[in-house]
Amino acid sequence: MTPFDYQRAADAAGAVAAGVRGGAKYLGGGTNLVDLMRETIERPDCLVDVSCLSGGIDETPDGGLQIGAGVTNAAVAADRRVRERYPLLAQAILSGASAQIRNMATVGGNILQRTRCGYFYDDAARCNKRRPGDGCDAVDGFNRNHAILGASPACVATHPSDMCVALAALDAMVTVEGPAGPRQVPLIGLHRLPGDTPQIETVLEPGALITAVTLPPNGISARSRYRKVRDRSSYAFALVSVAAGLEMEGDTVKDVRLALGGVAHKPWRALAAEAALRGRLLTDAALQGAAEAELSPARGLRDNVFKIDLARRVIVDSLSSLAQAREIVR
Amino acid sequence: MSLVQDTLQAVMKKAIALAPDGFIPGGHPDPLIHHKHGLIGAPVSRIDGPLKVSGKAAFAAEFPVDGMAYAALKYSSIPRGRIAELDTRAAEAAPGVVLVMTHKNAPRLQPMPPFMSQPKAAGGDDVPVMQDDQVHWNGQPVALVLAETQEQADHARSLIRVAYEAGHGVTALAEAKANGSEPGLFQGEPLKLDLNDAEDKLAAAPHKVDVRYTTPRHSHNPIELHAATVYWEGDALRVHDATQAVDHAAWTLAQVFGLREEQVHVTSPYVGGGFGSKTLWQHQILAAAASRLAGRPVRIMLSREGVYRIVGGRTITEQRVAIGAQDDGTFDALIHTGTVAMTPHNNMPEPFILPARSAYASRSFLLDVETVKLNMVANTFMRAPGESVGTFGLECAVDELAHAMNIDPIELRIRNEPEKDPTTGLPFSSRLIVEAWRRGAERFGWSKRGAPGARREGEWLVGLGCATATYPYYRMPGGAARITLTRDGRATISISAHEMGMGTSTAQTQVAAERLGLTMEQVTFAYGDNTLPGVVLAGGSQQTAAIGAAVSAAQRQLFETLLQLAGNDSPLAGLKPDEVGGSDGGLGKLDEPQIFESYASILQRAQRESVTAEAEAPPPLELQHWSMHSHGAMFCEVRVSTVTGEVRVNRFLGVFDCGRIINAKTARSQFRGGIVMGLGLALMEETQFDERSGRIMNPSLAEYHVPVHLDVPEIDAIWLDEPDPHTPMGARGVGEIGITGVGAAVANAVFNATGKRVRDLPITLDKLL
Repeated sequence: MTPFDYQRAADAAGAVAAGVRGGAKYLGGGTNLVDLMRETIERPDCLVDVSCLSGGIDETPDGGLQIGAGVTNAAVAADRRVRERYPLLAQAILSGASAQIRNMATVGGNILQRTRCGYFYDDAARCNKRRPGDGCDAVDGFNRNHAILGASPACVATHPSDMCVALAALDAMVTVEGPAGPRQVPLIGLHRLPGDTPQIETVLEPGALITAVTLPPNGISARSRYRKVRDRSSYAFALVSVAAGLEMEGDTVKDVRLALGGVAHKPWRALAAEAALRGRLLTDAALQGAAEAELSPARGLRDNVFKIDLARRVIVDSLSSLAQAREIVR
Repeated sequence: MSLVQDTLQAVMKKAIALAPDGFIPGGHPDPLIHHKHGLIGAPVSRIDGPLKVSGKAAFAAEFPVDGMAYAALKYSSIPRGRIAELDTRAAEAAPGVVLVMTHKNAPRLQPMPPFMSQPKAAGGDDVPVMQDDQVHWNGQPVALVLAETQEQADHARSLIRVAYEAGHGVTALAEAKANGSEPGLFQGEPLKLDLNDAEDKLAAAPHKVDVRYTTPRHSHNPIELHAATVYWEGDALRVHDATQAVDHAAWTLAQVFGLREEQVHVTSPYVGGGFGSKTLWQHQILAAAASRLAGRPVRIMLSREGVYRIVGGRTITEQRVAIGAQDDGTFDALIHTGTVAMTPHNNMPEPFILPARSAYASRSFLLDVETVKLNMVANTFMRAPGESVGTFGLECAVDELAHAMNIDPIELRIRNEPEKDPTTGLPFSSRLIVEAWRRGAERFGWSKRGAPGARREGEWLVGLGCATATYPYYRMPGGAARITLTRDGRATISISAHEMGMGTSTAQTQVAAERLGLTMEQVTFAYGDNTLPGVVLAGGSQQTAAIGAAVSAAQRQLFETLLQLAGNDSPLAGLKPDEVGGSDGGLGKLDEPQIFESYASILQRAQRESVTAEAEAPPPLELQHWSMHSHGAMFCEVRVSTVTGEVRVNRFLGVFDCGRIINAKTARSQFRGGIVMGLGLALMEETQFDERSGRIMNPSLAEYHVPVHLDVPEIDAIWLDEPDPHTPMGARGVGEIGITGVGAAVANAVFNATGKRVRDLPITLDKLL
């Protein structure tokens, strides 16, 4: 670990004033950042501790919830309102990491966690995130956990969060405090695809601080499900995960939300699949067609071609299970 | 002591005769095996358990020493070549740095004699340790930083800049194979056997399977990281090590540093898991060299990544198994051949053919392990080396043949049960696998097994599978022990053996208490110190027998001395050692227990505070007279998702034939632990070795998957408890057999569930979509 300064922010404005300086990093629970610092992958000059800021979960006027960026993952998953109104989110959080990590990790830190690509983690390897222009050893290396959607020759890494997949499906908005004042960014627009600049992972400007995540009210809570597929039963990153929600009118899809994890450089909102289903009769053929619509641009690498088929299977199964659950409810 | 143990002690009055001084044909079994109601077999909790759970058991990296400096290692990032430039200036200038050691300033050292090259050799390889600019594998230590704190050492390490001149490293298996193979040599003998033209018999057989299996690299992941606290006292080297071989480590360190063996003192009271990995690797040597250079005590504890980089694991195997059978299922030919990877600097040809040498009768055999050379960290022993991966190929192939012939796989195995060892002709010392199969089949509900793919529960396909577990009995030469009996009626057993968490000290305390007629509280088991008698490696599941034989020999010596001391005024006057036994804190005549004198009384009359006896174990001649193996019948039920291909293990049963079980609790933990490790082998463990760079890409427990709690169902482990008449205590080891057969049992269950045969471990979900 490289020596660094540490300071605790008193409020968001103070944090941003400190965080906007070059070499500063915000510290939440530290469950990812500190690991990366130990490996000297991250070498901030200064850590601005924001874990003490914005620690509440509050009702919004329109019936949604606003979750402070400093709330721990464990606290979000345990919140009664979250469990009742956004079970998808609680399920997603609880499928990630371990209880110990969830007790430390914050909402803001979870959103901004970095990829688990082994070549990113190993300074002996080439990585365009660590050294832009260096090349990517993952493209032709071990890439079982890597992207099938939206990747580029420069980077095939995935965003590892489970929580963000649920947030993407729930149309979450992210409140950002920046040097130019606060603004709102849709979660699905926060992370970038790698393109030629995989080192730039979000649309946040330097010094910007995530202060809250807002969940709008929705009609899918009763029929939603997070399914995570991985190589062991717990404490493993998703090969493919699916956050799915369904709102029906008779046999017709009134609304559908679908987001995928483990497949791209960002939490992947499956807008093409949703568009293919919305307003349609929910048939197996429609589900297969929707999955196909989403996955036709998918490209596999040496170790992860199977994820295309796996994603299709889990999309179809998740939505058809939700459709059947609807009938049982009715 | 628990109520159970008190009760056991209270009823334990009958003295036990001395164990025989050898196990040869015509000899008598250990009288202890007829002793039914004492401590032997009781589920005694670990005597060191309270120390461990309260944090009072000191492990290798926990010994405080004044003036200690902390070490961090910098690893190479190329597989072969030379160090062209090594810039350590920034590191040397960093806060707290004591020194930076590289090949330019390291003391001159001899290479480690590698394991099995000499009787007490413990080296993982014989690569020169930081002596020149040559790089032999990706991850080799190229510099060591010593600093006042671990954090300072770690930081300074990150400031070292190394430039390499790349050489040609062989890192792809295909290239290594193209370079040619050599027969593997194991314990001095080629891993080859060609009996009665197996290929011809296979070709002519009416039924056959001929299939290929692969197993990947596995990295060692004991919970305790490899560590040592070392310092010099003049020319003597003191090492608090985490090792399963204190004597081997001391002898090998002496060779490296040009010392006499007596100048090296290695202790290792507690080890947080060894599994074959806790031997001598570069870190202990580098720490000792740096300690000499700095004139300060040094603590080195590898990071988890460090363990992956410089401690070897299990190598890759490619296996062919072919079986030819008659219509009745009896084998005409059993062929098990293949290739394993090694390095140019070690000799550990993963001996996967060992199970096939004695598991089944066959009219012909062809067994062969070929080795190829790679630039990688030297592969080494890992729990049941050979058997763990060898039973995967062999026991899957038997299942494949059973399916092809429409014979129940248990029935097929029983039809091929040999009467004597099929390749050596030796009689079996004890072999009850058929009984284990029958008992296990009944207990597991084997008769409910259906056709492949027939049983579905929701989205899950459910299947049953089975496989034979097998592991040999070993007892290595070199065992010796000392017993010191004091006038207060306490005994200390001293032997240079090891406790790595498996319960050795507990089980051996039980045995010694039973033999001497003492309570467990009256017995101290001293171990983990190379200055104690004997050379007893914790490996090959041999410690129980090796310690047992050595302690028995010392006990014979002790009884002779005690009877001499007792003299003519004792009720025991005139009795010979074989006529007495230990009971109730003294010696009693075997057939007339009222003829008795307590140890305290004997010593008091002789005006002695204590009496000491030391003896060597008899040579392990039993291994020359019998084929000696433990077995297990392994049963597994899995479910496989039809949506995702995920495999979940519903339940597992192992029925073990391991001779007499000494401690029901620690033995059950060993069986279960082995099975859990086997589930990892079956379903998830795989070291990602990048064939372009020779770099291990998943050196962490986040990315290298071992089973978590949710992956492990309830595991039922039972045993037949039939003593082996030709071993000390009637026992055979239990440390390794649990992992054997598990990979095949899972794979066979997956086949029964899905109809899909996965022949390449691990069985990940993509192979089942």
